[in-house]
Amino acid sequence: MTATYDAYAASGTDDGTAEGKVFNVAGQDWDDVVKGVTDEDELLVINMGPQHPSTHGVLRLILTLDGESVTEARVGIGYLHTGIEKNMEFRTWTQGSTFCTRMDYLAPIFNETAYCLGVEKLLGVTDQIPERAQIIRVMMMELNRISSHLVAIATFGLELGATTVMLNGFIEREYTLDIFELITGLRMNMAYVRPGGVAQDLPPGALDKLREYLERMPERFLAMRKLMDANPVYLARTKDVAYLDLTGCMALGITGPVLRSTGLPWDLRKSQPYCGYETYDFEVATQTSADVYGRYLVRMQEMDESLKIIQQCVDRLTVTKGPVMIEDKKIGWPAQLAIGADGMGNSPKHIAHIMGTSMEALIHHFKLVTEGFRVPAGQVYSAVESPRGELGVHVVSDGGTRPYRAHFRDPSFTNLQATAAMCEGGFVADVIAAVASIDPVMGGVDR
Amino acid sequence: MSSEDVVPLPTQGTPVSRHGMFGAKTTGDTSGFGGLVVRQAARVSSQRPYGSYFDEVADELERAYPEFGDAIERVVVHRDEITFHVQRARLAEVAQTLRDDLKLRFELCTGVSGVHYPQEIGAELHAIYHFLSMTHNRRIRLEVSAPDEDPHIPSIVSIYPTNDWHERETYDFFGIIFDGHPALTRIEMPDDWVGHPQRKDYPLGGIPVEYRGAEIPPPDQRRSYT
Repeated sequence: MTATYDAYAASGTDDGTAEGKVFNVAGQDWDDVVKGVTDEDELLVINMGPQHPSTHGVLRLILTLDGESVTEARVGIGYLHTGIEKNMEFRTWTQGSTFCTRMDYLAPIFNETAYCLGVEKLLGVTDQIPERAQIIRVMMMELNRISSHLVAIATFGLELGATTVMLNGFIEREYTLDIFELITGLRMNMAYVRPGGVAQDLPPGALDKLREYLERMPERFLAMRKLMDANPVYLARTKDVAYLDLTGCMALGITGPVLRSTGLPWDLRKSQPYCGYETYDFEVATQTSADVYGRYLVRMQEMDESLKIIQQCVDRLTVTKGPVMIEDKKIGWPAQLAIGADGMGNSPKHIAHIMGTSMEALIHHFKLVTEGFRVPAGQVYSAVESPRGELGVHVVSDGGTRPYRAHFRDPSFTNLQATAAMCEGGFVADVIAAVASIDPVMGGVDR
Repeated sequence: MSSEDVVPLPTQGTPVSRHGMFGAKTTGDTSGFGGLVVRQAARVSSQRPYGSYFDEVADELERAYPEFGDAIERVVVHRDEITFHVQRARLAEVAQTLRDDLKLRFELCTGVSGVHYPQEIGAELHAIYHFLSMTHNRRIRLEVSAPDEDPHIPSIVSIYPTNDWHERETYDFFGIIFDGHPALTRIEMPDDWVGHPQRKDYPLGGIPVEYRGAEIPPPDQRRSYT
């Protein structure tokens, strides 16, 4: 360490804020940095993040280190807080989809579905949602589960230094996002699931593309597993690391793959089915090792199960026809979308109808789009099994055209509380593996 | 159990929540919207039988927690979900019973969510707790209220450690102080932030935006229909 003046390390001033000597680490040799540490027993407090590449976005970890071992791990969040819940209180119920889809940006379909299921429950129209819309929702959710788990595994590989894993994961994710683009027009933040159904039906060619996808993916997953499942370096970094048992999970409220890696087959798709999940044939993936490796295996198995569900959805969509938006004209979006010369918009048929032939249809369209529908006063909690665990939404209405309050119980937010339990007592290198195995998405944590 | 079974409690002259619409006043108001009077939703309370597994939960809670009658102010069953409105002083005891009693076994709390009702004088701040029993596959909800002048609610972090961050979030956004929380600090907003953003008296903020010659006001100043 050089003796030049450093504003961050101004511990000479007696303002009472500095607790010890501060070292700035900016890419120089680590030996040069620790040369300044004179006392052998001294504990080092390290700020990891919020801009550290292995913290999944803007997570800040405050680690107290005794040499290489972590004696205390604290988590600082809030760097990505955007006030989505507050914003939703100033938009109509339908516009809410556009906002909440941006929370957990790796699982947008789950955010939308959880929210829409809540709104529909509060409206009391859950059983009026068309079957085709429910099948499309399930299919989109499972595709999204695959794309989200692929990022989890890819970034996990990257953080442990395995670039091949990262490239593999992201290549396959691209194929999944291509399907999203084909169906919704967008790769992320689609606002595709709306209260009452989905925004639009599948475009021509979507089912063929899905069949191609279903043929391609199993062998790609197998290739990834061949690379990692028994890889000695991978096993050394993940086996028996960041152990958290069932008791710990229950106390800390942990759900999702982390909970299933302890052996409890708790999956809301099975235990409290929604969108017709009870009619699909699939298994709940579990492991009993309760470590990072177990969580990886759970995610891998879940992707295989998701493919099974998607296959069943494709089969059903081939034979199930019908609307994808609720028939109730007081709730259902009035127009079907179509691609025009200037991009996507209301279909020409609908515009001809409201602008040319029916004054009442125009008024109806205008009222529903600008004012929105009213939702009876009350509150509901609806939950879906997102790739990270229980995504709950608490929706409160005062009887108006806007949510009075929409609160999201994001699984990343809750699961991140396990960081201390998983990391303390371990090595610094295992902190990265532990956080990656929780798979937090800061957009969901901070909302 | 449908909403028709919900019986309104006698209310203290149901306060008016809004007059008029579209900014229309009495003079020259040909639309008639100026005379609109919207009353606040009445407080509701459900009567037994609640239906579904709710009676079983209520019976067991009554048996395992003898002060049930005092602690539970009212019960609302709506949209196949049950809400127990609990006196705030008794919250921790009720939560402890919910977790520990063998026939209740709500081993997971899926967080606390705040709601601000400025029009409910004396009970402006609500904290709503969602519980899940994996053993019995059941969900229930507890609702606690506190006045704005005394925004204190006991913490249940010692019973459900998962509520650590959830209570911090609710404190951050609503200013509800959870007594007994190990380290009640802001979690999403910066430490030196002034105000609690999710409260209804906290503005959304924003600036007007020009689009093709027209000025679009910020979202909280646009026309509202509620």
